[in-house]
Amino acid sequence: MVNISAMLAGLIFGLGLILAGMADPAKVLAFLDITGAWDPSLALVMVGAIAVGSVAFAVASRRNRSYLGLPIHLPTARVIDKRLMLGSLAFGIGWGMAGICPGPALVLLGAGSSKGIVFVAAMLLGMGIFEILERSRLVDRPKMGGHI
Amino acid sequence: MLIDWSHFTPWSSLAGGMTIGIAVAVFALLNGRIAGISGIAGGLFRLQTGDIGWRIAFVAGLVAAPLVWQLFHSLPTFQIDTGYGILALAGLIVGIGTRYGSGCTSGHGVCGLSRLSPRSIIATLVFMGTGFVTVYIMRHMLGG
Repeated sequence: MVNISAMLAGLIFGLGLILAGMADPAKVLAFLDITGAWDPSLALVMVGAIAVGSVAFAVASRRNRSYLGLPIHLPTARVIDKRLMLGSLAFGIGWGMAGICPGPALVLLGAGSSKGIVFVAAMLLGMGIFEILERSRLVDRPKMGGHI
Repeated sequence: MLIDWSHFTPWSSLAGGMTIGIAVAVFALLNGRIAGISGIAGGLFRLQTGDIGWRIAFVAGLVAAPLVWQLFHSLPTFQIDTGYGILALAGLIVGIGTRYGSGCTSGHGVCGLSRLSPRSIIATLVFMGTGFVTVYIMRHMLGG
């Protein structure tokens, strides 16, 4: 049941991206090109998504368990640190280079776009590199503590 | 600022956004989680037992979306003018950046703003800002 609802959520998400125009990288770039011929459509994607999403989270945050009886995992981090800033800064650069962010990338993969496949492969490689760096960071930490 | 009215699609974009909102609601209220694509996909590399199935299911649903769409309607054009080299570099940067920044357009932009999370508001302003600047540099300074 948990996996079925997750698949359903992913499917609805993807259909929404296609309907919204977010899966078309040229349209995303036209939105990011504010000094050129600007297409503001994608601002309305955010408006629509947040209008519905805010109601969902207002309900979810008042509950201990989901309607399937699962614990509600909402982020608790509050610190605005260097990782958040630099990571988001880098993400914006990559997004601006191709007009593709992770959700639309996976939709393009499903659509069989060869460029989408290349983007997803590179994106997964990046995520894998992050995990390797994270693991070595977590292993190094006690060692460094020993030196100090 | 010059608005390109000929490509402006307010209704389908608003409806698509609300559909994304419904997906976020389904995932939050049934699975109790944030529908952040980079977190869901990136977490696959952690290989923690009991944590893999729903991630694969969500990603599979997302990848299947264009196939399901085609059962009812022909797909709209997905135009990618960027060359393969730049695309690969962009994908790599997006992969690393979203994981370090703990989220992307969905996790921070949609879910985080819906929750009024200060971290997500900052993250969204930062990646939108660098997105605007990058497109400006590539299109209007480098002429790509």
